[in-house]
Amino acid sequence: MPDLLLELFSEEIPARMQARAAADLKKLVTDGLVEAGLTYAAAESFATPRRLTLAVHDLLGESPTTVEERKGPRTDAPEKAIEGFLRSTGLSRDALEVRDDKKGQVFFATIRRPGRPAAEIIAETVTNTIRTFPWPKSMRWGAGSLRWVRPLHSILCILSDEAGAELVPFEVDGIESGTTTQGHRFMGHGTISVTGFEDYAAKLKAAHVILDPQERADRIWEDARQMAFAQGLDLVEDRGLLAEVAGLVEWPVVLMGDIADTFLDLPPEVLQTSMKEHQKFFSVRNPKTGRIEKFVTVANRETADQGATILAGNGKVLSARLADAKFFWDNDLRRVAEGGLDAMATPLAQVTFHNKLGSQADRIARIEALSGDLAGPVGAEAGQAQQAARIVKADLSSEMVYEFPELQGVMGGYYARAAGLPDAVADACTGHYQPLGASDSVPEGPVSVAVALADKLDILTGFWSIDEKPTGSKDPFALRRAALGVIRIIEAGDLRLPLRPVIVAQLLRHEIAQAGGGADADTAALNAMLDDLVKKGLFGAAFDAIADRLAEHGGADRSLDAIADDLLSFIHDRLTVHLRDQGIRHDVIAACLAMPGSDDLTLLMARARSLSAFLGTDDGENLLQGFKRANNILTAEEKKDGIEYSLDPDVKFAEEPTEKSLFAALDRAEPAIATAMGAEDFAAAMQHMAELRAPIDAFFEAVQVNSDNQIVRRNRLCLLNRIRQVMGQVADFTRLEG
Amino acid sequence: MTATDTSRPPRSFQEIILRLQSYWARQGCAVLQPYDMEVGAGTFHPATTLRALGATPWAAAYVQPSRRPTDGRYGENPNRLQHYYQYQVIIKPSPPDLQALYLGSLDAIGIDMEMHDIRFVEDDWESPTLGAWGLGWEVWCDGMEVSQFTYFQQVGGHDCRPVSGELTYGLERLAMYVLGVDHVMDMPFNDPDAPIPLRYGDVFRQTEQEFSAWNFDRADTDTLLRHFEDAEAECARILAEPARDPQTGRDIIMAHPAYDQCIKASHLFNLLDARGVISVTERQAYIGRVRALAKQCADAFVQTEAGRQA
Repeated sequence: MPDLLLELFSEEIPARMQARAAADLKKLVTDGLVEAGLTYAAAESFATPRRLTLAVHDLLGESPTTVEERKGPRTDAPEKAIEGFLRSTGLSRDALEVRDDKKGQVFFATIRRPGRPAAEIIAETVTNTIRTFPWPKSMRWGAGSLRWVRPLHSILCILSDEAGAELVPFEVDGIESGTTTQGHRFMGHGTISVTGFEDYAAKLKAAHVILDPQERADRIWEDARQMAFAQGLDLVEDRGLLAEVAGLVEWPVVLMGDIADTFLDLPPEVLQTSMKEHQKFFSVRNPKTGRIEKFVTVANRETADQGATILAGNGKVLSARLADAKFFWDNDLRRVAEGGLDAMATPLAQVTFHNKLGSQADRIARIEALSGDLAGPVGAEAGQAQQAARIVKADLSSEMVYEFPELQGVMGGYYARAAGLPDAVADACTGHYQPLGASDSVPEGPVSVAVALADKLDILTGFWSIDEKPTGSKDPFALRRAALGVIRIIEAGDLRLPLRPVIVAQLLRHEIAQAGGGADADTAALNAMLDDLVKKGLFGAAFDAIADRLAEHGGADRSLDAIADDLLSFIHDRLTVHLRDQGIRHDVIAACLAMPGSDDLTLLMARARSLSAFLGTDDGENLLQGFKRANNILTAEEKKDGIEYSLDPDVKFAEEPTEKSLFAALDRAEPAIATAMGAEDFAAAMQHMAELRAPIDAFFEAVQVNSDNQIVRRNRLCLLNRIRQVMGQVADFTRLEG
Repeated sequence: MTATDTSRPPRSFQEIILRLQSYWARQGCAVLQPYDMEVGAGTFHPATTLRALGATPWAAAYVQPSRRPTDGRYGENPNRLQHYYQYQVIIKPSPPDLQALYLGSLDAIGIDMEMHDIRFVEDDWESPTLGAWGLGWEVWCDGMEVSQFTYFQQVGGHDCRPVSGELTYGLERLAMYVLGVDHVMDMPFNDPDAPIPLRYGDVFRQTEQEFSAWNFDRADTDTLLRHFEDAEAECARILAEPARDPQTGRDIIMAHPAYDQCIKASHLFNLLDARGVISVTERQAYIGRVRALAKQCADAFVQTEAGRQA
């Protein structure tokens, strides 16, 4: 069976797109072949900067003949229907067969599709694939209208077997398929004629092209590691950079060079970032000093001077880059020495955070206030949390972060230490941004935790206060990530922090800022009142008083409670997703969310975990069934009678022994559950609930609730209500499925 | 001056320029002169911006003095200048061997492909003020960016059909590399053996100081702002004029005069930016205003003889 070799040869394909493009090429072409009936044994695809290559092994030489039988209209159907059928089958009327059917005589068509040679199918599939290729960005060139990632120059397409290789002829916008390709741009020598995949890969290698990106990456990594190791140094691992660099070369040549002494005192993150972002260099660390002392660059060719010229040029470029970095570093340190981080933060008053939410400085002031509120619950010292909040974003006005935005926080940490601030405060510079994603770690240390929570809750309340919430895939301010961050920090620290009052307080701060513009004395007075209230823990009426006062200023015309509810339900949605990833069912979370105190996420998660574990047990599963039965009967009867059976049932009307046992069991369980719930010991509460399973099962086994005796019936319904009440202390079981 | 001997390395900044001029002239480009207005980059020259539109074939190469007021460093920074030179090549439709032609130009200025590492690294070009974008690369020589290489896809909101290939060389940086100079002001401008040898600093150190002072601190922002608004208004006014010319009785669409006003507005915006009087939020609004002018100029140009579509 023949093998297919396809190569699409173009100008340089962006490194970041190559892996995906190779995968897409394989999928699109093989899917197309299979759909046309051409099955195969194996397929592999590759990318270099200048080519996408697909090899398909053991392909059918031609597609099998297919026969399809299709039922048509009745013979006495309108002419139009019959004509339509003929058109869709491509047959003439005398080729149709008439068969008896239940409803009369019906036309049947037998459509025979003869097999087609592989070359024909390949030509068609490849042409389609090229024309519809899903590049993230594509372009036209010259006077043509074909789109490709960069100009496409040639197409190699051959079918080969033991007998030899054969061109698969086709043409796409003037590019005719052929049997040749080119080697390395500078080290190759002219056109290469190819007879099959093995021949192709071997000839490319001889022409200084390593086809397989993994082989290039491995070679880079091995050579670089060896080179560093030989000098007692460690190569700093960077998988992303390795993949990128492997996509920039066809013939990798690894070169290692020195970083000039004057730059060795720069923070390692600065060296690494500058070298990686600008030059795509790897960093080499001296394990003895912990410093980054050398760099590794990967050239795309060998030279007569063993890369000496190339290395010298790269070193020169690096020195110019690092001279810039050092200039920024020295300037920043001088500013810190002169005025501390507060001075560095001053220009942030001129930087707009969002046109409705004020400047970065306004935002920092709000975070500072909220950090103070949160310090207590997270175990931080309020003054220190507020001090940290004031300076954690100061580095946004540093020259280094202006140049390398990805170093925000990291530079702040260095500058805070240079200013002599305590470690807890300096650590908050990076810590308060955490967690940056689902896989990033949460901040450590109470000061970092307080500011991290304040940072996230401020951005959430801010955008809720101006009614700009994430919709669909649009979440430009990463509010979902902020909400998940709040959840993960609270989860990791087991923090007891009811969110509602915190959210309302911060919403009020936003309202005050938006109403007063942050300037006048009244605004300051309102803010001071608010701070004082939060400190003393007076919620409710006092908040309303501030809100009323604000309303007189023309602000706060919407209900803060409604906004807070909406934001809480957004956070609950994120929590539901988060817990679902941990294997807790959606309905279990819903049953817990319906309980009071659900703005205390730690309590909520503990409840959900206990309930989830309980429902996984035999007792839990059966008790849930018992509950459902009780609830169904009760709900139906209440609806029928139009009353609520909420009076206390009396054991003296109990007739059956199982009925009496249930009374006794409830009498035992009720206080035990209440005590456990009071102690927030959900596991114990579930345990006591489990003890109800047997009596409830036995009750339903032996007792007919709807007794003819109305007193007995009413008493039994009230007993069912008691089951509902007792279990309802733990979770809203009506929301559970199953 | 006699034709330069390309078998030996170039010795001065101007020799590199002369070699590029003669190389691209040999490739059939019309060697134009710089546009006589302050622009931020060679792309602003109407020979690129406007001529990239329409179906008429085009091939031009030129040096363009370029001004980036915020990059001024009083002549002290080894690499940064508020006034520098770009070398610009534009060919429409882009020829299939444009990469090879480009590499030939590096060879012409003394970069030996056998000893250096030349790479095409993804860098898509976009000019928010011109409403233009294209795909291409920055070209690296031993890790240093020496050129931008772009296939224009859109200019002034119009699709480019056919597509132009654009090459932009940052001349000072490229020449410093070729000549092995570390500080731009030390670079030989003319031949070091000339009777009066001049370095780059002899020509430009003083102007860098003067313009840095003016750009950053001394320019009168009220005047600049007024000029910006005048240019913006004049551009719109020119384009709103009826095409029928009262003198000749012919239809004359004044796309180029309007585009001159657009160039002015763009440079005035850059000056205002360097003076630090434009806030982050205003910045976007200004860029949008210049883009609106560029788009109207492009709309007008495609109505003209030179800009006619296929």
